[in-house]
Amino acid sequence: MNAQSQETLVQLDDIYKKFSISGDFLDQLKFRQGRIVREQEFVHAINGVSLEVKRGEALCVVGESGCGKSTVARTVMGLLNPSQGSVHYDGQRIDNLNDRALMPYRRKMQMIFQNPYASLNPRMTIAQTLQEPVALHNPGWSGQEVRDKVAEVMFSVGIDPSWGERHPHEFSGGQRQRISIARALAVGPEFIVADEPISALDVSIQAQVLNLMMDAQEKHNLTYLFITHDLSVVEHFGTRVAVMYLGSLCELAPTKALFSTPRHPYSQALLSAIPRLDDNRPQHIKLQGEVPTPVNLPPGCVFHGRCPHVNDRCKREIPQLIATDEGGQVACHGVEEGRI
Amino acid sequence: MALLEVNNLEVSFGLRSGGVKALRDINFKLDRGERIGVVGESGAGKSVLGFSILNLISNPGSITGGEILFEGKNLSKLSAGELRSVRGNRISMIFQDPMMTLNPVLTVGEQMIECLMAHRKIRKEDARNIALQKLKQVYIPSPETRLDQYPHELSGGMRQRIVIAIGLLMDPDIIIADEPTTALDVTIQAEIMELMLELCERNNVALILITHDLGVVSQVTQRTIVMYAGRIIEQGPTKEIINDAQHPYTQGLMNALPQMAVPGARLNQIRGAMPPLQRIPTGCAFNPRCDYVTETCKHNLPGFTESGSCLVACHMVAEMKREAAQAASLAQEVQS
Ligand SMILES: Nc1ncnc2c1ncn2[C@@H]1O[C@H](COP(=O)(O)OP(=O)(O)OP(=O)(O)O)[C@@H](O)[C@H]1O
Ligand SMILES: Nc1ncnc2c1ncn2[C@@H]1O[C@H](COP(=O)(O)OP(=O)(O)O)[C@@H](O)[C@H]1O
Ligand code: SF4
Ligand code: SF4
Ligand SMILES: [Mg+2]
Ligand SMILES: [Mg+2]
Repeated sequence: MNAQSQETLVQLDDIYKKFSISGDFLDQLKFRQGRIVREQEFVHAINGVSLEVKRGEALCVVGESGCGKSTVARTVMGLLNPSQGSVHYDGQRIDNLNDRALMPYRRKMQMIFQNPYASLNPRMTIAQTLQEPVALHNPGWSGQEVRDKVAEVMFSVGIDPSWGERHPHEFSGGQRQRISIARALAVGPEFIVADEPISALDVSIQAQVLNLMMDAQEKHNLTYLFITHDLSVVEHFGTRVAVMYLGSLCELAPTKALFSTPRHPYSQALLSAIPRLDDNRPQHIKLQGEVPTPVNLPPGCVFHGRCPHVNDRCKREIPQLIATDEGGQVACHGVEEGRI
Repeated sequence: MALLEVNNLEVSFGLRSGGVKALRDINFKLDRGERIGVVGESGAGKSVLGFSILNLISNPGSITGGEILFEGKNLSKLSAGELRSVRGNRISMIFQDPMMTLNPVLTVGEQMIECLMAHRKIRKEDARNIALQKLKQVYIPSPETRLDQYPHELSGGMRQRIVIAIGLLMDPDIIIADEPTTALDVTIQAEIMELMLELCERNNVALILITHDLGVVSQVTQRTIVMYAGRIIEQGPTKEIINDAQHPYTQGLMNALPQMAVPGARLNQIRGAMPPLQRIPTGCAFNPRCDYVTETCKHNLPGFTESGSCLVACHMVAEMKREAAQAASLAQEVQS
């Protein structure tokens, strides 16, 4: 979008995140070859992801389910601590801060979640849900000022003001997601991490919310990290796109470049699978095999088991990001070797 | 006899402010092996429709009119026991939120085996094998391991695939799928939809697919129902609806797709929002948002007009049809 600058707002450096899936200490003790050993298994959710989000841009993250998109989002927000690597916000390292030190960033950074069922407090009315963060972050405001701000935001996201007295369970999924978006916008953030924010919405409301997010971006110079599986939305909304697979970044490219000339074999398969309205769509590239588990990561390129262009080097060596002619980056030996 | 026939269904919620109708005038038929898409804005009543077919509407909601006939039997009149043998067995439901199906304290395998053993006389090992086979059918990576994992250890997309596998467990006659691929990305969505299509076709399973993705509807379903504010406003063959929508709301939905706008430009949104159930406008419920609204629309509820093979609830369409008929009869008079 037009307001994009070259200034880095958020920087992820070589982030790794693993989750233990072996239960507590006692569960981890195993009897092997006559002696007791401690064995711990991990899910390797992200593996060496580096990303920069530029001020004013809408960076979209796409990829298969379980590839680590939400983990990236939650790590950026400080809801998860990375196992390795660092997160900087506006030049300040934030991944090692405690809750109190994070407080000022909590206002600047807001998150909209994937699941509109879990993210609203069932015991609070919609009005209370929206007023709480506004009052918290604007201690000097009168009750009337808080209510006015909330009314303004409700109006701007197409929520009927009469909903204010009702509780989340009385709304359908889409209606609840609009309320979550209103809550994020109400405190006047500068950076919004949105994890599948419009997936549960119908097209007419998707259009309104995207238009709303674009308006808000222009008006307040907002920056977005936008996670979605809807590539037609990415094509419309994103300035750049990061394609992830099994915890790694495959390709990062300006939106136009990615859609016209995807370089990574996985990006190519992904783009070919967009459901089109016409029946005579081009056949989608069928990938062989299955997504491996992030418990036992494959050696070399994580995509090699499904890639139509795999060679021996791919099975041994992890490809590093290299710059492309289109102004993006791609991690693929085939591209580097000039055979894709 | 249609496999499923819904006649004049009405569902109400008894909110404090007085009862409100969540569904009215719902009429449609589903044949064996047929696939119907249900589209519409959030809150239109798609999920309530899905739930009410299985009589899963719970307090404060209830079916207040009409009937739902499954193989001629009225589902809303069945005993709890009879209903249980239909639910999950003959008709299974895949929900929008996977955690509505998954029990957080049981492993994936435990719940699949439990479900199989509740409906069939079957040994545990066989149940486990069937479970494993269904997980493979929905492309769950390392299915053996997944059987022993808990839902919270899986990503959102993986959970939904397991729910789909559970929906397939009993080889049902009808699958009601409420936004089943909303949380999945396109390669998996394409694969799952292709898979559901294949399974439905091969086993002659009927599908009611509730979704907001018109692309998915166009690829998977033969007929489409468009809902607005608790009412069906247009239904007919999917191709006709996608290529030549008659109702102004359906046209608006098509135009709001990102594909219909230049990248980076604002999308063609429909103004306003769907009204809450308590305040559905008189006349045509869509009238405050409609570009073609007339005085009639504000006072009279539009009935259903046949247009091509579609049924459309819109005064304008009815008017145009009357005019066309008049013109045709006039032309005939002139000729004779
Ligand atoms: N608390 C946890 N414990 C164990 N494994 C986890 C945990 N949270 C995430 N994972 C695993 O980490 C990987 C990445 O998960 P993540 O939720 O980031 O995926 P995602 O890309 O957001 O997927 P989706 O599109 O389905 O939302 C997955 O394999 C998931 O199962
Ligand atoms: N338990 C409930 N109590 C009151 N109203 C409800 C309840 N469940 C759903 N509704 C209302 O019924 C309407 C239809 O909801 P739903 O079927 O979930 O919509 P959708 O078309 O998005 O699936 C909405 O206006 C919703 O607010
Ligand atoms: S590195 Fe090799 S296996 Fe990986 S995407 Fe490129 S060509 Fe395919
Ligand atoms: S009946 Fe009137 S208001 Fe309703 S959709 Fe038709 S033209 Fe628009
Ligand atoms: Mg996620
Ligand atoms: Mg719904």
